[in-house]
Amino acid sequence: MIILGISAYYHDSAAAIISEEKIIAAAQEERFTRKKHDPSFPVNAIKYCVEESGYDLNEMDAIVFYDKPFIKFERLLETYYHFAPRGLVSFITSIPVWVREKLFLKGLIKKELKKTGSYDPAKVPLYFSEHHLSHAASAFYPSPFEEAAILTIDGVGEWSTASICHGKGNSIKILKELHFPHSVGLLYSAFTYFLGFRVNSGEYKLMGLAPYGLPNHEETQAFEQKIYDHLVEIKDDGSVWLNQKMFKYATGLRMVSDRKWNQLFGFRRRRPGDKIEQHHCNLAYAIQNVTEEVVRRMVKHTYEVTGQRNICLAGGVALNCVANGKILEEGLADNIFIQPAAGDAGGALGAAYTGLYILGGKERHPVHPDAMQGAYLGPEYSNSRIQRTLRRLNADYRKYNDSDELINDAAEFISRGEVVGWFQGRMEYGPRALGNRSILADARNPEMQKKLNLKIKYRESFRPFAPSTLEEDMNAYYDLRASSPYMLLVGKVKDQRRKQIPDHYNDMAPMERLYIERSDVPAVTHMDFTARVQSVSKDTNERYWRLIHRFKELTGHSTIINTSFNVRGEPIVRNPEEAYICFMNTEMDVLVLGDCLLKKSDQPAWDREKKIQKFKPD
Amino acid sequence: MSFLSDFWKYLRERKKWWLLPVIIFVLIIGVLLIIGSTGPAGAFIYTLF
Repeated sequence: MIILGISAYYHDSAAAIISEEKIIAAAQEERFTRKKHDPSFPVNAIKYCVEESGYDLNEMDAIVFYDKPFIKFERLLETYYHFAPRGLVSFITSIPVWVREKLFLKGLIKKELKKTGSYDPAKVPLYFSEHHLSHAASAFYPSPFEEAAILTIDGVGEWSTASICHGKGNSIKILKELHFPHSVGLLYSAFTYFLGFRVNSGEYKLMGLAPYGLPNHEETQAFEQKIYDHLVEIKDDGSVWLNQKMFKYATGLRMVSDRKWNQLFGFRRRRPGDKIEQHHCNLAYAIQNVTEEVVRRMVKHTYEVTGQRNICLAGGVALNCVANGKILEEGLADNIFIQPAAGDAGGALGAAYTGLYILGGKERHPVHPDAMQGAYLGPEYSNSRIQRTLRRLNADYRKYNDSDELINDAAEFISRGEVVGWFQGRMEYGPRALGNRSILADARNPEMQKKLNLKIKYRESFRPFAPSTLEEDMNAYYDLRASSPYMLLVGKVKDQRRKQIPDHYNDMAPMERLYIERSDVPAVTHMDFTARVQSVSKDTNERYWRLIHRFKELTGHSTIINTSFNVRGEPIVRNPEEAYICFMNTEMDVLVLGDCLLKKSDQPAWDREKKIQKFKPD
Repeated sequence: MSFLSDFWKYLRERKKWWLLPVIIFVLIIGVLLIIGSTGPAGAFIYTLF
């Protein structure tokens, strides 16, 4: 059986194809259209996946869309009905869109599919999975477990905002659901909005800001208490009740009532670009703490309901790697698998899986360590294609015939403090760059976080960086009970690696604290001595593993900085040309494209002003 | 036609019969809003309200 899964029309559109039990290809539309979180129908991603599969679209056994538009419309209507007359403006804005497009999604999808090439609707059935079932499928089916508990948490799907399921063999049973408007994802997004970041994209910035908060400060504790007193009630099973008098997302065009929140927290909503003050950090800390408490209780309850100590996670909240790390740290589960494309992009893969196992009834054979193939499921470019591109761009490069020599040179550049763009093999599926579309640098260098943020990524200086560490050396660096191949777990940096911090550390301004050396890998050690780790396995990505291994031979350290190959607001680069343009537009020193190495100093003159691509900051 | 049959299946599956008049009403309002915002008929819509 060969199945195409699609997610679209909300954010992070994507496509995925599964043949028999193997994922053939999966990619987000944003990488092709260069619009971050692009919600449009993924024509390009589908074209790519179909081409990669070697089949024709009409040869698919089924096409599965990741959610059910009628039930979403039902939720919309019932919500307006319930809150009326509140929400009239939002109603008038959204109803025409629904009447024009979203209610007739089946016809629209078929029309769009025809744009991808030859498609005959009579030959390939089109099905609709449920949003949270798609998430659950994306987490359980590629996991190594024969049987497991599944927890999905996000903003909202049709009605569900969280679900607990039981997966066994090829079946998934939904046991419990939490319904809109009560949602931990939307609660987190409300704070994302209030703290001046963009909803549905800035949530990870909020998570990155949280460690700058002062845990024991009375303001932080007061914020947390106010959240419990006025915004959210958490039940023992982890379900939440949100006080709708304080929120506006159900009926309005914004997340919260600014006036009420300003009054509650005692400061005005931060505008994007405003300076980040300590009270912003303290509030970020407080909501992160509350979110962790919700996740903790949900995971405990998931165990009570399913009796399973293996847990699979998906949904946007599963990208909160700090909360994920706590699940392991506190022994709430024995084994954990998190879908690397946990957000809506992963819904495409989940939808394809529901077609295979639930509709198709295919027998399931779990794969170790998992079926995601390291999430390297996107487009790949041969050396001849790379060289053709470089010649066209008049780039100066050296082609290596010996990969050991190339890896040695790249490792040496990193060890000398140079920043290296690393473009290899198939592009990653999901929001993280995992060593195939990455910018790499030396984690030992205390100046590197500042340099990367301000001169290469052009983003806020508080944003943390993540390390890639050889899987076999994880214990030497972090207190983490499991490997973290998809950079979705946060663990404490080992005590012996930590450095003494000044006595007045907590009295310093957030940005002053940033530049205090906290460990022997300071560029990847967060304020609270944690790191969001990627463990690199020789079996999954041999070339990347060899690079870090060579770096270890040169420096004694098997940890380097790995950040995504893009600038602020830009989707991660997909092809060699985008990589070269990004390289030339930033202060990156070296670029490795397949077997070719380029030094910035050797490149022809580059008119940055002319060629810079403008991306709207996220 | 496919839309109507899918919609009928949805109503039967979800047993939300009370939504039927609401949805018909919303569809009419929605169509009027679309016409009102895009077409030359917009000028006449105000008289309907």
